[in-house]
Amino acid sequence: MEKRLANWGNYPAIACDESTFSQDEQVQDFISSHSAVIARGNGRCYGDASLAQYSVSTLKYDKVLAFDTTNGVFECQSGITLDQILDIIVPKGWFLPVTPGTKFITVGGAVASDVHGKNHHVDGSFSGHIIEMDVITGNQDTVTCSAEKEPDLFWATCGGMGLTGIITRVKFGLKKIDTAYIRQKQIKAKNLEDLIRLFEEYKDYTYSMAWIDCLQKGDSFGRGILIVGEHATPGELNEQQRKAPLHLTAKRKLSMPFNLPSFTLNTLTVKAFNWLYYLKNTKREINNVIPYEPFFYPLDAILHWNRGYGKAGFVQYQFVLPLEKKEGLVAILKKISDAGLGSFLAVLKVFGKQDSLISFPMEGYTLALDFPVRKGLFEFLDQLDEIVLQYGGRLYLSKDARMKQEVFWQSYPNAQKFAEIIKKYNGKKLFRSVQSDRLLLTQ
Amino acid sequence: MPTVLILGAGSDMAVAIAREFAGNKYDIQLAARNKASLSPLEQDLRIRYGVESSTYAFDATDFNSHPAFYNALTVKPDITIAVFGYLGSQEKGQADWNEASRILHTNYTGAVSILNIVAEDYATRGTGTIVGISSVAGERGRQSNYLYGSAKAGFTAYLSGLRNRLFHKGVHVLSVQPGFVYTRMTENLKLPPLLTAQPQDVARDIYRAVKAKKNQIYTRWFWRYIMLIIKSIPEFMFKKLKL
Ligand SMILES: Cc1cc2nc3c(=O)[nH]c(=O)nc-3n(C[C@H](O)[C@H](O)[C@H](O)COP(=O)(O)OP(=O)(O)OC[C@H]3O[C@@H](n4cnc5c(N)ncnc54)[C@H](O)[C@@H]3O)c2cc1C
Repeated sequence: MEKRLANWGNYPAIACDESTFSQDEQVQDFISSHSAVIARGNGRCYGDASLAQYSVSTLKYDKVLAFDTTNGVFECQSGITLDQILDIIVPKGWFLPVTPGTKFITVGGAVASDVHGKNHHVDGSFSGHIIEMDVITGNQDTVTCSAEKEPDLFWATCGGMGLTGIITRVKFGLKKIDTAYIRQKQIKAKNLEDLIRLFEEYKDYTYSMAWIDCLQKGDSFGRGILIVGEHATPGELNEQQRKAPLHLTAKRKLSMPFNLPSFTLNTLTVKAFNWLYYLKNTKREINNVIPYEPFFYPLDAILHWNRGYGKAGFVQYQFVLPLEKKEGLVAILKKISDAGLGSFLAVLKVFGKQDSLISFPMEGYTLALDFPVRKGLFEFLDQLDEIVLQYGGRLYLSKDARMKQEVFWQSYPNAQKFAEIIKKYNGKKLFRSVQSDRLLLTQ
Repeated sequence: MPTVLILGAGSDMAVAIAREFAGNKYDIQLAARNKASLSPLEQDLRIRYGVESSTYAFDATDFNSHPAFYNALTVKPDITIAVFGYLGSQEKGQADWNEASRILHTNYTGAVSILNIVAEDYATRGTGTIVGISSVAGERGRQSNYLYGSAKAGFTAYLSGLRNRLFHKGVHVLSVQPGFVYTRMTENLKLPPLLTAQPQDVARDIYRAVKAKKNQIYTRWFWRYIMLIIKSIPEFMFKKLKL
């Protein structure tokens, strides 16, 4: 049935025919009679990566196939969400090796975006924990691949935005935990310099990220809060928490019932929000032990918060710059604060080393900002792209909805190699998305 | 642990029902034509809910195989849920008897054949619950799907007779009349979002109705009122509508 589909940013929205499947053969049948097909998980990428004329929803392909509770190995179909996986593994003392800032994504989406978490500098991205996976390629067969087996397919699928085919099964390693809690430390930084110094001081923490108030000028330019954490040991829990260290009590969720009118999010409201957020922490440093959910997924407590940006939608701009190019970060933040283009969320994080074919992370600083779609925004972002290119950085495909093709080809050093592997497995351009056509990967 | 047998376990509705019952600590027996295709769900139920699950080959239209299928179950189920159904194509069925007979046999004859066997066992044991998933389409024939609708109408009448008989033997029979549900079977139809349920909602309704020993439920509840209106339109007017 044709309907209008959009991903998390609500931009762009396109007419799309969405089908589901619950067996491999159904996918093979479907792709043999369609083209312009793309896999779609839970639509939590921000832009146009999982939009095409025909999208194949994996959400009903969600069975757990095996869980080795002794060695921490999990095997599942690609449409199960991280949320469901956590419900199964946490009570048994295991955790996801890598998780993004929302648990409402599918395993297939985690692989296709090769997602990173707050622990990238320690544990790398999701692909580093995959033991093997199955992909239905454009040749219509199911191919099992891993870093050793069919490595070209494997590396082009990790971070490959669904362009090699449909991932159907993933087997990956988990991380051992003793409690479902995180020992958290929040430290206020008075400006960007202070923040970066703190990042370096606390780099031994497994989890770290910072929130930046990017509308500040002068001495407070780039002020923010660094948040670091470790999985808590039983000894660090309070009496109440210690009763059932691996079990959390369920909480009710709030939901944004409809799109807010877009004028609610202007510079003034963003300023007020950031100011309150910063001042809410009255002490310079706060230490506490909290359940893992608010630590990893603070925004998930408000379902559909994306509707807060209004009907026109928003884009998230996430880039990474090489470690030694800190001045690029300053240049970009300056440009945003000068333009007065506010962002509710500006999240800063340091990536560790990563050499992979087409995945986003590289050793350096990554910043993610939200911008409501409005006149002039894309021209402004084109200017930011120039700075990113100038400093040798790149943009995250999973958040992108508007990058120009030359920016992609110039900033991803393996773009050509990636395109060749896609040709091998998806030669008939069966799998293509609005994004891949825009970036000239499948046109 | 009590055991639920799900007949036609390959559908989206069946997956939701299996998870609902497994989540409430029932062991699950899954039966469908293609037994091998059930093994991912079998593992899923074990790992997620820590219950026992098993798989069996069952073909609703292969009537002769039904006694052997039921006899082979080493644990006899406490609850049997007939979920299988075949929507088929009304238009094709009008001209092609193969299609028409498949619609009738899957939705009606096949259901009667297997549930007769289950009913005998439950009647002898003096215990058990039978759940039949019928359809609101069985409440009044419409030009767009009266083959399917008539088979479901027969099934609904069968269930109410069975309920009447087995009540005296201590056996509970529940008829379920779902309205529109988002499943693979309906994904190419244009369904009104406000009136369309998710399989999980239907599964939850069924679980509650089993617990409460209800006779008949509409799911979602408002279908009861929609059908009340549809059933009360006089035939001379109804026939002029293009439904
Ligand atoms: C609030 C929020 C916070 C986020 N935080 C982070 C973060 O910290 N780190 C991070 O890395 N990302 C983050 N993201 C982005 C998100 O993790 C990725 O976009 C993820 O890929 C979304 O997965 P999905 O299942 O929703 O897939 P979709 O959004 O539907 O699809 C994303 C891409 O994966 C492909 N895909 C999906 N399933 C399959 C499959 N089975 N086979 C082949 N290709 C497939 C699609 O074709 C598409 O290209 C965040 C997103 C949100 C909304």
